Parts: sequence; structure tokens; C-alpha cells
Amino acid sequence: MALPMSRASVNGTDHALPADPRRTLLDWLREDLGLTGTKKGCDHGQCGACTVLVDGRRINSCLSLAQLHDGDTIETIESIGSADNLSPLQKAFVTHDGFQCGYCTPGQICSAKAMMQELSEGWASAVSDDVTAAPDITREELRERMSGNLCRCGAYSNIIAALEEVLADAASERADA
Amino acid sequence: MKSFTLDHATDTDSALSALRGGATTIAGGTNLVDLMKLQVETPDRLVSIRRTGLDTIVEDQDGLRVGALVTNADCAADQRVRTSWPLLAKAILAGASPQLRNRATTGGNLCQRTRCGYFYDTSQACNKREPGSGCAARDGFNRIHAVLGTSEACIATYPGDMAVAMLALDAVVLTQGPNGAREIPIAEFHRMPGEDPSRDNTLKPGELITAVRLPAPTGGVQIYRKVRDRASYAFALVSVAADVSMEGGRIARCSLAFGSLGTVPWRDRAVEELLVGETPSPALYTKAADLLLKDARGFGHNDFKIPLAARALAATLHEATQG
Repeated sequence: MALPMSRASVNGTDHALPADPRRTLLDWLREDLGLTGTKKGCDHGQCGACTVLVDGRRINSCLSLAQLHDGDTIETIESIGSADNLSPLQKAFVTHDGFQCGYCTPGQICSAKAMMQELSEGWASAVSDDVTAAPDITREELRERMSGNLCRCGAYSNIIAALEEVLADAASERADA
Repeated sequence: MKSFTLDHATDTDSALSALRGGATTIAGGTNLVDLMKLQVETPDRLVSIRRTGLDTIVEDQDGLRVGALVTNADCAADQRVRTSWPLLAKAILAGASPQLRNRATTGGNLCQRTRCGYFYDTSQACNKREPGSGCAARDGFNRIHAVLGTSEACIATYPGDMAVAMLALDAVVLTQGPNGAREIPIAEFHRMPGEDPSRDNTLKPGELITAVRLPAPTGGVQIYRKVRDRASYAFALVSVAADVSMEGGRIARCSLAFGSLGTVPWRDRAVEELLVGETPSPALYTKAADLLLKDARGFGHNDFKIPLAARALAATLHEATQG
């Protein structure tokens, strides 16, 4: 039943998963693959700094054993943009000062990318008035949907402003199309 | 983490075989991996059930069958759940964070362990973690602890939201084990601590949750009210799950379940019987709360939960019966 040679795709590259079952997805990405953009904050699933995308969904990589990701497609902050080629989300974070120290930022960006996908699929949240309806994109909704990412510097208001800009741009692009 | 072996079951039979060999089940791992890092849990052997195919939601004449591996996020996003059992979607969405809900599963959520700080701190006495060692919470910081269903040995709460909604919805936990399939009404799934707080639930050794069945929808007004220290991403201090139907200005049917109030998700049929047939009023809500809380006992820091539960119940009943 053991699958020692199991594999996963990370940012488009195929990798063998680690041999030690104790390795978390977070430690594997950072220490074995050298993808140090993903941050270790609390290491207990409480801060969201370690957020990555697995098959398009955001998860806490610190609470997930790497060997449980056989066949999965993993995306980290390194796949979203680079210093020379910022993604729209990253540009908006810069424009709106969506960070101070920047430690939570990779997790915020990964989380925000998946959050926008969840919105486009019509997922409700704890603050949605009607869980059967497609959500309104209000500030209250965005704050609730980003509550899994803590920012010690308290850049929350600017993070929400960045997200509002990206969502508004995406909406106007859809209207133009 | 202590060393362990990790096997990957490919179907229910191979999972059950590993469980017979003493393995511990891992699904999303959001609670178990955390507890293993702290060495609160130290399994020698894990079996992953991620590839066992228990990840579908099926609707039939008996209601809805939610597979054990359906993630909390997928369950709350399911249109059938949102339309016919909105209480379940609301309770799930009130819990944890989006990242955790994407990984946490239906079966795992039922089996999540308490967030009592003394259970997590291996330097402290805890009868749940180490039977016979005592309970540091009784005379310690017990603000989040239970006021109903406690024992000399333990006052820890079951912390979740999903199971509270399922209790109000009369869900049934479906299992497979050494003696075949079993159906456990969710009211009989979590167990009060008594003298043996180490066992949180009535699963037997080698038994695996395969699904949770929700009976046909009631059509009532469904509300989940969660009171907590932060607006989001915090465990409940008290929560109320309500499913209420009105007829001619009177309560025709109601089911009520409470989270983080007792040691287990709490339901009191006598309270529901008191309410049925009555016209909603503040006086009625007070009578219901008095009955619900007649045996409630605080331990100092958590005394506030008793009036808080009464007010949360009144607010929930008011919302459910107006309009």
C-alpha cells in the first residue's frame, strides 16, 4: 500500500514526494525544493502564511503531510509572479501598500487568488445573507473570505483595497469582452 | 513529530484492514497533524483514506448522503445543501478558515478533538490526553469550557460547528467496521466524558466513518447563530443551530442544538417540547432557556456562558419565528 515513489507537480514541474512521511508540504516546498516564497508563520494552521494552492484550492501547507499529495497540482507564490513580472494582484498590493514587513504577503496573495476563484464559482460565506444565492462582493465579504490570513502589521484595510481594485478591473474586463 | 508509517488505502476494505492492524485514520489531517506536531497524538501507524472514493454527495429518497471525505468547503458549496439544508452550510461556513475548510473533511470534522488548552499542553494534567492524570482546567483558565455534561474528570467542549447543525438536522453517521455496517444517530455519536474522557465518540476500534446521512429537509427556517470573541475564524463561545416551522403564529415544530456549551453537541428534547404549540414571546424564550440550563454549572471563567446561552437562544428563536 505504501507509495514511496509518489509524485506531485509543483509550479509545472514534476517532483518525487519526500520519503519521510513526517515531512509537511510546507517543509518539503521550502527545504527540499528551495521554494522559500511560501512562509512558515505559526506552523499550526492559524496564520495562513503558508497558504498554497492545491488543484486550484487554497490550503495551509503546514498542516498537510507531503506524501498525501500524490498526483496533486501545487502552485506556490513563485508561480504567480516575479519581481520583474508582477501579477495584477501583486501590483495592486504594491499600489495600495498591502503590507509592511511582507512576511504574510505570499500567503495573502495565494489566498486572494483562490478566493477570487471561489467568488467566481458562487461560493457563499459566513456573512452572506442568503447562502443559496451568488454572493455580493462587498468589503464585509472580502474581509470574511480573507480571515484565514493574519497580518501582524495590520495592513488589512490596504489589502482589502488592493483586492477591490483587482476585482473591479476583472469585472470591467468582463464587461468589455 | 514522532516517527510513524503511512499507508495509502485504495478502498474501504484496505482501510479497514489497516485499522484492524492498529492504524489511525488520516484524511485532511488539519487537526491530527497539528496534534502530532505537539505530540498530543503519537500514532505509530497512519492510514490515509484520501483515495478510497468516499468523496461524493448523493441525494436519494432518504435524503442526502455526504461522503466522509467530502471537504467542508465542498459540502457548504453544494447547491443541494445550500438550498435544502442551509443550516449545515451556514454552520460549516461559520467555522475555521477557507484554507482549513478546503482540507478538513466531513468524517474528520466529527472526530476533531477539543481545543482545551490543557489537552494541548503536554506538561499539564489532562484526563482526556493522559487518563488518570487529573484535570488542570477545573481550577485553571476555563473560559472556553463546558457548563453542561461535565464530569469530575473533564470539562472540555467538543469545539466544532458542523456537528451542531447535523445534530439539529437529525443526521445519521454511517460506518463500516469489523462487524459490518452500522448507523449511528448523531445524538449518540459524541460521548460525554464521565469517567473516561479519552474516548470522544462511540466509534469502535477498527470502525471507519464512510458518510453522514441527512434526512429529507424539513422546510423550516434554519439559523446558525455563533457567538465568539472575533468576528471570524474563532471557535464558538456558544452557538445555536435552529430549525423551526411556524403555523398560525405558533411554533409547529422545532429542533435546537447548541455548540461549545456542553461537553458534546447539545440537544434537549424537553426544551423543544416546551416550545411546540406556543406563541413566541420573550417570556417563552426565558422559560425555554431556564429549562435548557437548569443543570448548567460554571467553573469560574466560563460562568458567563450560562446567561450568554440564554440570550443566544432568545435571539435565535426571535429571528426564526418572526416574518
